[in-house]
Amino acid sequence: MKGKISGYQIRTALKLGLLYLVLFAFAMAFILPFFFLLTGSFKTSSDLFHVPFRWLPSKFTFDNYKQVFTKIPFFRYLKNTLIIVVFNMIGALISNSLIGYGFARLRWPGRDKVFMIVIATMILPYQVTLIPLYIMYTKVKWVGTFLPLIVPGFFGNAFFIFLMRQFLVGIPREITESARIDGANEFRIFWQLIMPISKPVLATVAIMSFMNSWKDFLGPLVFLGSDKLYTLSLAASMLRSNLNPNWELLLALGVVMVLPVLILFFVLQKYFIQGITMSGIKG
Amino acid sequence: MEKKKKGFLSEYTGSRMRRNEARTGLLFVLPWIIGFLVFTLYPIGSSLYYSLCNYKVVGAPKFIGLDNYRNLFKDRIFIQACKNTAYMILIGVPVTTLTAIAMSIMLNNKKLRGTSWMRVIFFIPTLVPTVVGCLLWIWVMQPESGLVNTFLGYIGIKGPGWLSSPTWAKPAFILMMIWTCGNAIIIYLAGLQDISPALYDAAEVDGANFLQQSIHISVPLLRPTILYNMVTLIIGVFQWFTEPYIMTEGGPSNATMFYSLYLYQNAFSFFKMGYASAQAWIMLLVAMIIIIVMFKVFRFGETEMG
Repeated sequence: MKGKISGYQIRTALKLGLLYLVLFAFAMAFILPFFFLLTGSFKTSSDLFHVPFRWLPSKFTFDNYKQVFTKIPFFRYLKNTLIIVVFNMIGALISNSLIGYGFARLRWPGRDKVFMIVIATMILPYQVTLIPLYIMYTKVKWVGTFLPLIVPGFFGNAFFIFLMRQFLVGIPREITESARIDGANEFRIFWQLIMPISKPVLATVAIMSFMNSWKDFLGPLVFLGSDKLYTLSLAASMLRSNLNPNWELLLALGVVMVLPVLILFFVLQKYFIQGITMSGIKG
Repeated sequence: MEKKKKGFLSEYTGSRMRRNEARTGLLFVLPWIIGFLVFTLYPIGSSLYYSLCNYKVVGAPKFIGLDNYRNLFKDRIFIQACKNTAYMILIGVPVTTLTAIAMSIMLNNKKLRGTSWMRVIFFIPTLVPTVVGCLLWIWVMQPESGLVNTFLGYIGIKGPGWLSSPTWAKPAFILMMIWTCGNAIIIYLAGLQDISPALYDAAEVDGANFLQQSIHISVPLLRPTILYNMVTLIIGVFQWFTEPYIMTEGGPSNATMFYSLYLYQNAFSFFKMGYASAQAWIMLLVAMIIIIVMFKVFRFGETEMG
C-alpha cells in the first residue's frame, strides 16, 4: 500500500516535471528572438553575419547605438511618433469616456441598437474604408500631414467605447441619483463623480491607445508621405528596404523601440492585461 | 409616446425628463455619430461605388459596372493571394489556436507552481512594434545563421531557406503568428479561471487524467472564448499586411502574396483604386460569411450540450 502511494506520487511528480519542461521550452522559444535582438545590437557586422551563428558578440560595441542617434534623424522620428501618440491618447480619453457614458448611463431611444452598430464596426476590415479615406484626405490636402492619423482619434474607437461602457455600466445608479435629484447637470455628474472613479478603465484606454499608435505602420505608410514626418516604425521599414540595409543599426533601433514599451508594461502590467481580458469576456 | 397620454401630468413630467435625458445622451454620443458618418459610413458607401468604377485618383471615377470584379477572378495574382490567405486561415489559424489553448491549459494547471514569469514571457512578443518583430524574424528565419536553423542544425537537420523558399515561407509566417498569440493566451486563461474547480474535482474522482479533463471539460466550456479568438485571428489574417510587406514583399514567386498586401499594391503602387475597392468588398463579404458560419457552428455545439 505504502509503495503504491509513493509510486503514484512519483508518477504525478514526473508528469508535472514534464509539463514544466514543455512550458519551459516554449518560453525559451518565445524569448530567444529578444535575446538575439539584444545581443545583436551590440555585435559588429562581422559577428552579426558570422556563419555559424554566434550567440554572443566576440567584441561588444556601442557603435550601433551611436549610429542610431547620429546617422539617422532619430529624434525627429521620435518626435513625430510622440506627436501622433500623445494626440491619440488625449483624443481617445476625451471622446471614448463621453461616448461610453452616453451608452452606459443615459437612456435614449434606439440606444442598444446603435451600440450594436458600434460593436459591428469592430470587425469591419479597415481596408474597406482605407481607400475612400485616402481619397477624401487627398481632397482636403491632409495627406502628408499628421491629421489623418490624429483627427479620427477624437471621434471614438469602437473597442474603447466598449471598454468604457462595460466599466461605467457597473457603477451603481445610487451614486449619481442623488446628484441628479439635486439638479446637477449631466456633464458635471460625468466630470466630478464618474470620471474620478473611472481611473482604472481610463488607464487601460490610454495604454492601449498608446500601443496602437506606437505600433502602427500602415497608417503612417499610407498617409505621411514625406520623410520629414516619418514615425519610428516607418523609418525602420524604409531603412530595411534599402538595397544594403544597415542591420546593426536596425537591431539597435529595434531595441530602442521595444524598450519603452517593455518598461511601461512592467510598471503598468495590470492595465495591459485588463484591457485584453475585458475584450474576451464579451465572447 | 402617443399611447401614454392617460396619466396626464405625471406622464408629462416623466416624459419631459426622459426627453431631456435622451437629448443629453445623444449629445454625449455625438462624437461617435459624427465619426461614424464621416470616417466609416461614408467611406463604406463610396468604397462600394469606387468598386464599380475605373478610378486612378487623378480624374473622376468612371462607372464600369462589375468589370473590376470580373477581372479580379481572371487575375492570376489575385487567385494566388486568395489561395495563400486560405492556407493561413485553414492551417495557420487552427494551428495557432490549438497551440494557444494547449499552452493556456498547461499554464492553468494549479499544481504547477512558478509559471507566472512564463505568462509574462508569452505576452511580451505582442508588445513589440510589428515592424521590429518583422526585422527580428527575418533574422530568426535566416537560412545559414538564423536561430531556427541553428537549432535544427544541433539535432542534425538541415533547415530550409524559410522566407526564400516558396514551400516554407508560409509555415515561417505561421510560426510568427504563434509567437504573437500572447493576447489569446491571456484571454483563454481568463476563460479557464471561470470554470468551476468542482468540475475538475469530480472528474478527478472519476479517474479522468489531465488530458481527458482538458478535452472534455476545458475545451467545451471555453467554446465562446475560442470563437472570439478565432474570429479575431481570421480577421487578422485577412488584414495581414505589415509582415509580408516588410519581410518578403509577397515573394518568393508570390508565395506570400496575401490578400491585403495585393490590395495595398493595387491601391497605392498601381493606383487602381476601383480595382482595390472591389477587392476590399469581396474581402468584407467573405469575412462576414466565414464569421456567420463560425457562429452557427459554435452555437450548434452549444445547444447540443443542452
